[in-house]
Formats: sequence, C-alpha cells, structure tokens
Amino acid sequence: MKNWSSKIVIGLVFLFLYLPIIVLIVFSFNDTKLNILFEGFTLKWYGTLAENRTLLEAFKNTLVVAIISTLISTVIGTIGAFGLSRYDFKGKKLINSLIYIPIVMPDIVIGISLLAVYTLMRLSLGMFTLILAHIAFSIPYVLVSVRSTLEGMNPYLEEASSDLGASALQTFFRVTLPTIAPGILSGAMLVFTLSMDDVVVSYFTAGPEAVTLPQYIYSMIKSGISPDVNALFSLMLLVTLIGLTVYSLILFKRRVKV
Amino acid sequence: MKNNKLMKWATTWPVIIYSFLLIVLPLVYIFIISFFQSDSYGGMNVTFTLKNYLMLFDLVYIKVFLKSFLIGGLTTLICILIAYPFSLCLRRQSEKVQSLCMILVIIPFLTNSLIRTYGWIVLLRKEGVVNSFLKSIGLIEESISFMYNDFGIVVGLVYTLLPFMILPIYGAVSKLNNSVLEASRDLGANGIQTFFRVIVPETMSGVVSGILMVFIPAIGYFFISDILGGGKLMLIGNLIKNQFLTARNWPFGAATSIFLIIITLVLVKLYKKTGGNMDDLGGI
Repeated sequence: MKNWSSKIVIGLVFLFLYLPIIVLIVFSFNDTKLNILFEGFTLKWYGTLAENRTLLEAFKNTLVVAIISTLISTVIGTIGAFGLSRYDFKGKKLINSLIYIPIVMPDIVIGISLLAVYTLMRLSLGMFTLILAHIAFSIPYVLVSVRSTLEGMNPYLEEASSDLGASALQTFFRVTLPTIAPGILSGAMLVFTLSMDDVVVSYFTAGPEAVTLPQYIYSMIKSGISPDVNALFSLMLLVTLIGLTVYSLILFKRRVKV
Repeated sequence: MKNNKLMKWATTWPVIIYSFLLIVLPLVYIFIISFFQSDSYGGMNVTFTLKNYLMLFDLVYIKVFLKSFLIGGLTTLICILIAYPFSLCLRRQSEKVQSLCMILVIIPFLTNSLIRTYGWIVLLRKEGVVNSFLKSIGLIEESISFMYNDFGIVVGLVYTLLPFMILPIYGAVSKLNNSVLEASRDLGANGIQTFFRVIVPETMSGVVSGILMVFIPAIGYFFISDILGGGKLMLIGNLIKNQFLTARNWPFGAATSIFLIIITLVLVKLYKKTGGNMDDLGGI
C-alpha cells in the first residue's frame, strides 16, 4: 500500500516535468496552425521545417557555437585540470577559487560583464564574441569534471610510466588521457548541453547577424510560434534520446568488460 | 626533468590566462563601471560617484527587489516541497528504477528551455489546453488566467529549475543510512519527527546547494518572467537587462549586478558553511 502512494508521488512529478514536452510533440503532428485543439494527424510541419531558412540558419548557428565552444573548452579545461592537480605554483589557490565563479554566478552577470568588456575592446558582436562567451562559461565545468577523475586516478600509474622511461608528454597521452577519458566525455557532454540551451548569455553577446535558436524563438514567442518549431523540437529530443542511449550502452559495455 | 618544467608551464598558463581574461577582467570592469556616471546619450562619464548605489534604495527598485525575493523564494520553497517527497519515495524503489528515474529527471533539462517554456504557453493560455480541458469536463465556464501573472511565472520557474533541486536533494537522501532512520523509529519518533530531526539535518548541504542553484537563477532569468508574466512584472534580471539594453544606463545596471553578485556570494558562503563541496555544484 505504501509503495503505491510513493509511486503516485513519483508519477505526478514526472507528469509535471513531461506535460509541456508531450504537448509540444503532439502538436507537431497537428493539422492546424493554432496550437489549441488537435484536429488531425499530419507530417506537413516536418516538411515546412525543411523550407524554413531562418529557423534552420538559427539552428545551424546554435550547433556551430556549441561544437566549437565545446571542443575548445574541453581542451583548455582538460589541460587546466591536469596542471591544477599535478603542479604547484604561485597563485594556485586564487585560480582554484576563480574557476568556480562562472559556475555560481547568475548567467545575466556573465552576459552583461562580457558585453561590457567586448564594448570596451571595440569588438563587434557576432559569432566570435558568442563563441568566446560560451567558452568562458564552459571551461570550469570541464575542469571540475576532469579534475575529479584525475584525483581518483591511481597515482602509481603515472609514476610507473615515467620509471619505465616515458617522457612527461608520453605519459600524459598514453597513460593519463585514456584513464580520464570518461571524465572528459561527461564534461564535454555537459557543456555541449549548456551551450545548446543557453538563452541569457547569448542574448547579450550575439549580434544581429549571429541569431541562435533560443533568440529566434524568443523573438517569435509573443506573436506565436509556427508548428515547425515543434517539429524541430521533437527531432532534437529524438536525437538527444538516441545519443543518451548510445552513451549509456557504451558505459554499460565498458563496465561489463572490466 | 626539463621536459617536466615545460609540461608544467604548458598546463598551467592556459587556465591562468583564461581566469584573468574571461573571469576577472569582466567582473572588475563591471565593478569600476558601477562608480561611473551615465550621461543622457547612453554613454558613461569617468568619475567616481556612489549615486548608482544610492539609486538602489529608490522605492521603485526596492519594490523590484522585494518582488524578486518573493517570487524567487516561493519558487525555491515549492521546489524543495516537491524534491523531498520525490526523493524519499524514489529511495524506496529498486536500484534500477532509481537510476532510470534520475535519467528521466535529466532528459527535460537536455532539451531547449525556451521551447519548453513555450510549451507552458500552449498549456496555460486562455484558449490553451488546460482551460479547454477544464471546460470540456464542465468544471469551469469562463477561462481562467493562468499566465501573464505571478502564477504563470512561478510555474515556469519551478518547472525550469526543479531538476537543480531534485539532483542535490536526491543525492543527499540516497546517501542516508537506513539504520539511522530505523534507530529514529525504534526510539519512538513518528514520520514527521524523523523527517525534521534526522533527515533534514543530514541532508542540509544538498538543500543549500539546491537553494543556490534555484534561487539565484530564479531572480536572474529574465526570459521566463518576460514570456509567462507578460512583461508586467520586473525581477532583478529584467531590471539589469533593461538598464543594459533599453534604458542604456550601464552604471546603474552594473551597480544592480554587483548587488546580485553579493547575494550570490552570501549563499555560496552559507553552502560552504553547511559542508558543501564546490565541485558538486559543477556536476549537474
């Protein structure tokens, strides 16, 4: 009896979390432009999606920003995590507290402070400033994720490698990197998601010629969104689910192997 | 050995340069601007004035802050009230169900938050899904205004930020030791006493982490109050956005940001005091 009531509580929370998502997906198959009543099944919005240039352009920009900023912040974050956990240097304590700032600071503060600095340096807003802003808020997440894997790593592995005559660089690429790969991967996935989803920082750091998906939607939301956005949302959700399944299958296989 | 020195140099400098260029410089610049004087053309005069900080005490702005704290506090409270029962109920399920449910909590967070907010418009507006449903079962005759008011904003904020409360609270609750809970029951405590005297103190750092991750974004997210509040209600986030983009009074916008930063730092301090680990904040 008690287990029943706890299942109801869990179910209600999921109803709340998934209700808007289900509504968006259902209406992407709706045969009317108004998202009010379901009037019949259609796939036509998936067709008009292919012709909506502005929407696809915005989606492409979002994807480009997310991919480039994820790659760069993953490299810098991984290198930085290695440096911070393996070496001592002057001011290390300061750097260690500074890197938490982008994680705890409200997005709006990150957005306006970068906008102010860009203006100070006379950088015109566009793809470059947008990508730089995404790198700025992404690096700490990768760094924290990789550092915790590094610190959980067996320290004798690296020692053994250098005792056997490997150089520092060889040890890093042949021993350290493969061992911390899961930490790097989960950090990269996290910042890719944060970048794809970001509304606030992009709002201040992207110019009119670098419209991203959130900005496109934001500009349309009051006048009403055409159902091809619903279609795009459903497709993105599908890709996310496939990615998540593949990711957990890889993790599962790895665990079985070990 | 020389190789090692090069390695140290190469792995420490990038993060040092990053920290100063993209974290310290922007924040210091905002701090400096907050003492400048705005001119009537949207520019700034380089002077030293405390005027922008004194302006924060204007009745108009105090109202914005109070409203923000009210909305943010309510959002945080509702998130806690959902996250605790959810986590405690989830604890009773099999391990397989638990990990599946946690993935299900994260999935909405992986999709675009703005489109999901739009989903709430479809649900809540006058001719929306909820109103149509209530009418069709004969519960109401006239549409109820669920949005363009505080209700809509709080629903949108709770919805968007709930995962940030569930993850740390569930993390803390799932680590609770069963024998401690049993001991509490054996010593004669009822469910409510066990909750307040054992569970809450034991999971405090999870709650504070959740408060930090929910309250701060709640008062800073301007887009949810813009969309679901119809732009009538101004939260701190909307105020800062307007000062930077519309009113173009950067010094005052900067002073307001410094105020928001101070609130954040106070909460971080509280989080550390309750034994919270800073690394856990980046794990979501």
